Amino acid sequence: MSDAERPTDGGVSGDDDFEPIQVFPEAEEMDLRPGADDCYKCSTCDTNCPVAEVDDEFPGPKFQGPEQWRLKRQEDQDVDDSVMKCSNCMRCDSACPSDVPLSQMHNTARGEYVEEQMDKFSREYVRNRILANYRRLAPLGSMFPRTTNFVMGLSATQWLGEKVLGITSERELPEFATETFREWWTKRGGAQVTNPDKRIAYFHGCYANYNTPEVAKALVRVYEHLGYEIMVPDQHCSGTPMFANGMLEDARRSAETNVRELAAALEDGADIVASCSSCSMSLRQEYPELFDFDGTDDVAENTWDAVEYLRVHEDLEAELEGTSVGDEFDDFAYHAPCHARNQGLDGQTLEVLAPIDGVEAHDVGDSCSGISGTYGWKAENYETSMKIGEEMVDHMEDADAETGLTECPTCSMQMEHGTGYEITHTLEVLEAALVGTAESTATGANAQ
Amino acid sequence: MAIEDDVLVIGGGLAGATAALAAADRGAQVRLVSAKQSTLRHASGLIDVLGYAPAGDGPLADPFAALEDLPAGHPYERVGGEAVREALSFFDEIAGDAYEGGHTDANALVPTHGGTVKPTARYPASTADGLASDDRDALLVGFETLPDFDAPLAASHLKAAGAPFEARGVTVRFPGIVRDDAKITRYAHLLDQPETVRTDRGETTAREALAAVVEPHLEGEPRVGFPAVLGDDHADAVRADLGDRLGVDVFEVPMGPPSLPGMRLEDLLYDALAERGVRVTTGVPVVDYETAADGPDGNAPPPIDHVIVDRNGTEIPHRADQYVLATGGLVGKGVESERGRVFEPIFDCHVPHAADRYDWFVDDVFGDQPYAQFGLPVDRDLRPLDADDGLEFPNLRGAGAVLGGYDFAAEKSGAGVSLATGYVAGQRAAEERQ
Repeated sequence: MSDAERPTDGGVSGDDDFEPIQVFPEAEEMDLRPGADDCYKCSTCDTNCPVAEVDDEFPGPKFQGPEQWRLKRQEDQDVDDSVMKCSNCMRCDSACPSDVPLSQMHNTARGEYVEEQMDKFSREYVRNRILANYRRLAPLGSMFPRTTNFVMGLSATQWLGEKVLGITSERELPEFATETFREWWTKRGGAQVTNPDKRIAYFHGCYANYNTPEVAKALVRVYEHLGYEIMVPDQHCSGTPMFANGMLEDARRSAETNVRELAAALEDGADIVASCSSCSMSLRQEYPELFDFDGTDDVAENTWDAVEYLRVHEDLEAELEGTSVGDEFDDFAYHAPCHARNQGLDGQTLEVLAPIDGVEAHDVGDSCSGISGTYGWKAENYETSMKIGEEMVDHMEDADAETGLTECPTCSMQMEHGTGYEITHTLEVLEAALVGTAESTATGANAQ
Repeated sequence: MAIEDDVLVIGGGLAGATAALAAADRGAQVRLVSAKQSTLRHASGLIDVLGYAPAGDGPLADPFAALEDLPAGHPYERVGGEAVREALSFFDEIAGDAYEGGHTDANALVPTHGGTVKPTARYPASTADGLASDDRDALLVGFETLPDFDAPLAASHLKAAGAPFEARGVTVRFPGIVRDDAKITRYAHLLDQPETVRTDRGETTAREALAAVVEPHLEGEPRVGFPAVLGDDHADAVRADLGDRLGVDVFEVPMGPPSLPGMRLEDLLYDALAERGVRVTTGVPVVDYETAADGPDGNAPPPIDHVIVDRNGTEIPHRADQYVLATGGLVGKGVESERGRVFEPIFDCHVPHAADRYDWFVDDVFGDQPYAQFGLPVDRDLRPLDADDGLEFPNLRGAGAVLGGYDFAAEKSGAGVSLATGYVAGQRAAEERQ
């Protein structure tokens, strides 16, 4: 039992504001000592680190986690600035045979570094803040999507982005959809199915809302097809890009809103599903590791990957048996995102697509795509990012397919950037198999 | 609705992977669930069967001959000598050219990074030119930035151990590595790709640069040994390339964890799993189970109906007809201990141990430690037994280090027991599925 858990006076009855964690000032910070002590220095995490494999200036997760934590017990010991080279892929978590919470240690070290050591007027800080808070800018871009897409695509804009902000000009910025998912959802009048027994709250995240609403719409059509009532609660960014940039206060604000809204949906009898593997990772693992709002654990325990939820709550295999996707999709080169891998979901898409006729997914191996959210967007990381992604790109080109498939928005950017392929989300394939194509649903007849 | 398969294997090490492969070979739909990434990254990559008899005699020249004399309850005694041979053949088929040693029953002697010699039944092809029974002289090359392999020390140790050849060790700087604690995967990646590095003589590939650094140290030795970091996906090409440039045979000396030969073995086995259609789920632990309401008759224990996989806090039911438990021993957390008890954490299978924890060990560090043999007792079908020798569950089998009755570290039998028991457990599970 930790000191924080042991009441000093047998508890204060009748005082609802009693916060045991605040009794001892030193207990306000997370105690990562057990995690550090569990490390027996086998270095398995280091062999899994995609950054350390291509960049020997990065000292690896064993240093960033338990070793740095121990060093920090000394007075006047700063967090090493190499922590900003960690891409937050979190592969070290599932590598550790001793359950050391490596990514939690990285997140706290990075947060401390940014808070206490990074110059708040530096280009790096401003740039990182912008990248981490993509959700705050996206509504602006989304208001005039065509103008924004045009301006952002100009080489002058990209050149400025690189020179002024350090955002690589090698990549094409993602296009904003002309209609966001939430606009579409409101326009169609919200849920079309009412069912108190089968209810889900959809955490769409930013990207499916502003950039790839077709993924979110696919989720809606698949779930409604199977008789689910869908709620779309108010939501902020899941926090993933904020953790990765050490912006823990920004993440805390977003998480507070998300936990409150999603906990309320749980009260209404819904389970939470997410279509983005980094969003589900964040709600499931990072929230309980970093925050303690009321309901954080409840939200984490009742959050699911959208496809996984159907596998467990429906007989998805039987539903898909003998279905086909027509001409819309051919074979896929499938890349499992690191954040799906960390949830044990890396084999899921291949298993789920197997019973669908006429479409085959080829796994392109267990390497990291290298982009890791905002990481590969930074000019100083671009080269490392592409070096990490080389293996995935090679395997995609070797695979017998001309289209990519993945569940992570930024992995899909890297896949497209590396191969020029179009990239699809698993839910879009399920939609085609179970419901028919988006076009045929909308018009009632296929164009052909 | 649970996630359903015929056979569910819990554990992703050598025993679990072998069980899954053996079950899939018999036509079962198999899923392998591993709490973390496979611990094969800790493995030396050597496949030993029996290096020393339980009483300490050895190194044994013929491990198979010694199997007959093992005590009752030893995993090899449970499955029988013939099953051990079949399991080795099964492994040989999967490993193909990647492993050697299948031509003989005799143990090979492979020098390790400490300069000791390890008796083993199979060894990676990358170590083949380094065998201690080979009388060709050898140059061992270590790297300044890789202190785990001290080449001069290892060479002296080999000499002191009576190896029938001259061994010499030198330490060089690895071209392209600046950092003192660069990861082994960094060395491998430089050679694998091969990346371009900058040296005094301009830009060359890492392979060419490494050969140039080593060449002046050669004094006519026909073979050169490096720490086992010579490439990952293209290790054979790296070795051949270095050998051509130096005009010698190049071999690897197996290292401690983390280990590239272990990672290559992991890749080899997981590729085979994918080829056989085994579904693999890693990074999420099995934490609990439910039994069916009733057993087949009143007295028999009820079978396991499904297990619970903890997916980052969400509980996901997984159901199968037959289950294989291959979660490892005390280090792998398949067997755990508290101050008052030793236990198996998923199914709470019986683990025999003394009531007084001071009887779990002896003071002589290298003596016969009782804790080294902690694990599950099983019947000849590898099904775990309770304290009264009854079955714990009719549809559960154990494989690998979760089993008790042997001390793999002292016997050098860890890989062989994992192969043999994994092979038998996987086959029986597939045969008995509904």
